[in-house]
Amino acid sequence: MKLKAPDRITFSHFGFCPGCGHGVAGRLIAEVAEEMGVADKLLTAVDVACGSMHMNDWHFDTVMAAHGRTLVTAIGLKKTRRDNPVLAYYGDGAAYAIGMAETMHAGLRNENVIAIVVNNAIFGMTGGQMAPTSLPGQKTTSSPLGKDAVRFGQPFKVEEAFSGFDIPYLARGALVGAANVNRAKKMIKKAFEKHLDNQGLCYVELLSPCPTNWNLEPLDSKRFLLEEMTKHFPLGEFKGGDAK
Amino acid sequence: MSERVLMKGNEALAEAALRAGCRFFAGYPITPQTEILEYLSWRMDEVGGSYTQAESELAAVNMVYGASSGGARALTTSSGPGFSLKQEGISYLCGADLPAVIVNVMRIGSGLGNIFQGQGDYWQMTRGGGHGDYRTIVLAPNSAQENADLMVLAFDLAEKYRHPVLIASDAAIGQSIEAVELPEFRDHDLNKYDWPVRGAKADEPIRTVKNVFYSMGDAYEDYLRDKYAQIEAEEQRWESIQVEDAELVLVAFGISSRVCEEAVEGARAKGLKVGLIRPITLWPFPVKAFEKAVNAKAFLTNEMNLLGQTMDDIRLATGCRVPVYHSGSIFAITDTNDLIVRIEEVMEEVKGGGQ
Ligand SMILES: Cc1ncc(C[n+]2csc(CCOP(=O)(O)OP(=O)(O)O)c2C)c(N)n1
Ligand code: SF4
Ligand SMILES: [Mg+2]
Repeated sequence: MKLKAPDRITFSHFGFCPGCGHGVAGRLIAEVAEEMGVADKLLTAVDVACGSMHMNDWHFDTVMAAHGRTLVTAIGLKKTRRDNPVLAYYGDGAAYAIGMAETMHAGLRNENVIAIVVNNAIFGMTGGQMAPTSLPGQKTTSSPLGKDAVRFGQPFKVEEAFSGFDIPYLARGALVGAANVNRAKKMIKKAFEKHLDNQGLCYVELLSPCPTNWNLEPLDSKRFLLEEMTKHFPLGEFKGGDAK
Repeated sequence: MSERVLMKGNEALAEAALRAGCRFFAGYPITPQTEILEYLSWRMDEVGGSYTQAESELAAVNMVYGASSGGARALTTSSGPGFSLKQEGISYLCGADLPAVIVNVMRIGSGLGNIFQGQGDYWQMTRGGGHGDYRTIVLAPNSAQENADLMVLAFDLAEKYRHPVLIASDAAIGQSIEAVELPEFRDHDLNKYDWPVRGAKADEPIRTVKNVFYSMGDAYEDYLRDKYAQIEAEEQRWESIQVEDAELVLVAFGISSRVCEEAVEGARAKGLKVGLIRPITLWPFPVKAFEKAVNAKAFLTNEMNLLGQTMDDIRLATGCRVPVYHSGSIFAITDTNDLIVRIEEVMEEVKGGGQ
C-alpha cells in the first residue's frame, strides 16, 4: 500500500496533537478539493481555534477569522469572490457558543458557503473547557466534576435546530475508523458538489477526537467518540443526502 | 459627470460609497443610521453589488472582514451601541491590515442614550475603541456634501494604508436634506493589489490574511510604526477660519463646527477676535493647524458631549500653553447666540487672568 498526502497538504508546520481529528479533516478537504478540480480556486476561512493551524499545512488562500465569526467571514468573502468556492472551517465552540447567532442565521438565510464544523465536544484551543456540545457528565477543566446537563443543557444538536431550514445539505460524520473517515469524505464531497451548484449552505459536522483535552490516549479517544459521543450525536445525513 | 441633487446626508453617504466602487455592504438597523441600510437595500442591487442585512453588528463587521480579504471595497455603518459591537471587528481589521470603511452616525450615549445627534464617541473613535495597540484614521464630515466627499476619501485612504477608516458623522448631518454634488462613478478591481485572496495554483505561493502578531517578526513592528507615523505626518486635514489674529480660537468638528462658523461671524461683528479650527481628521488630530494660532490666549471647544472629549488633544497640540475651555451639551446643538455669550465670558475670563 502506498501512502500519499494530497498535493495541497504541506508539511511545514503541522501543529496538531497526536490523535487529533483536525488533521484528518484537513486532509479530507484537500483530497476532495483536488479530486473535484477546484483546488486552484478554493478559498478557506478558519477560526482562531485549533483548526487555524491549517493555515500552515493547507496550500489554499486562507483567511483567519475572529473566534466564532468564521462563517460570516466566509459569507462576506463568497459575496465578493463569487466565482470561487468558499469553505468555512471551525470548531463546535465557535459554531454553537460564541457564534450561535451566526450559525443559525446562515441557516435561516441559506448562505452560499460550505461549513465544516469540527465537533470535539470541548474548547480545544483554550485548554479543554466545557462546550455546549460537551456530554452530560463529561469532565472538563471548567466542569471538573462532570458537566451538569440540568444547569448547562444537553449537547447541542444542529440537526434539530436546523430542522426547519431549507438548506441543501446537512450531515454528521466522524473522523475515526476507516469506514467513518471514508463516509465523512463522501459527505464533504457532497457538500462541495452542491456548493459548486450554488445551492446554499452545505453543512457538515465532523465528530473529532481531542485526546489532549479529553485526557485520553488516542485509542481510548476513539472509543469515547464512537461509544459515547455518537449516543448524543447520531451520524448520517439529515438534509439532501444520498452519500452511502 | 457629477450631479447635483437634494439628498439626506445618510443617503448621500450611501450613494457616494457606491460611486467610490463599494460593492459590499452589511449592516444592522439602528437610528439614526438606518437610512444608509435602507437605501443600500435596493440600490446595491442596481449596481450589481452585495447587500446583507446581518443578524447583528458583530456579524456585519465580520462579513466586511471577509469581503475585504477578497479585495472588496467594503462598508458597514452603525451608531452608538451598534458601533460598540463592531469594535472587536475593527481591531481584527487592523490586526490583519485590511482596508474597510466603518461609519458611526453618532447619537447620544452611553448606554442606549438616545437617537438624537451626539459627539460622545470621540474618544472611542480616536483612541482605537477595541482591544490592542491600534488607531484608525477618523474623518468627520460637517454636511451632506462632506458625507459624500469623505466617503470617497475614506475608501482611498483605507486602501492606501491597508487599514480601516472610520467616519464620524452624526444624526443631524445624516438626517438633514441638503444639496449635494455627487462624486463620479469609479470602478474597483478586486485584483488591484496582490494581497487579497483569490485562489492559488499548486506551484504559486498562497495568500493568507492573518491576525496573529507572533508569527510576524520584528519587521512587522517597523511596518506598523512606519504606517502610523506616515498617517500622522501626511493625513492631517482641517479647515481654519480667521485663526491667525484670533485671541480666542474655537475648536469644533462635525455639525458643531457649523454653529461655530456662525459664531465667529457674529463675534467678529462685535469686534471680538475669534477664529475657528475645524478638525476634518479627528485622528490624526490636525496638530499643524494649531501652529498658526499664534495669538490665541485660549481655546474653546464646542462639542455635543459632557466631558469635552477633544480638550486633551488640543492641550497636547498646543503644549498646554494656554487654557482650553469646553462648551456644549449632550442634549442639543448649541445655539449660536448662546455660544457668542460663552465666547464673551471666556474672553473676559482670560483677560482677567482667569483659570
Ligand atoms: C472573543 C473571543 N473569546 C474567546 C476567545 C478564546 N478562544 C479561542 S478558541 C476558543 C474555543 C475553541 O473551541 P472550538 O471552537 O470548539 O475549537 P477547537 O479548538 O476545539 O477546535 C476560545 C474560547 C477568543 N479568541 N475570542
Ligand atoms: S488540543 Fe485537541 S483539538 Fe487542539 S490540536 Fe490538540 S487534540 Fe486537536
Ligand atoms: Mg472544539
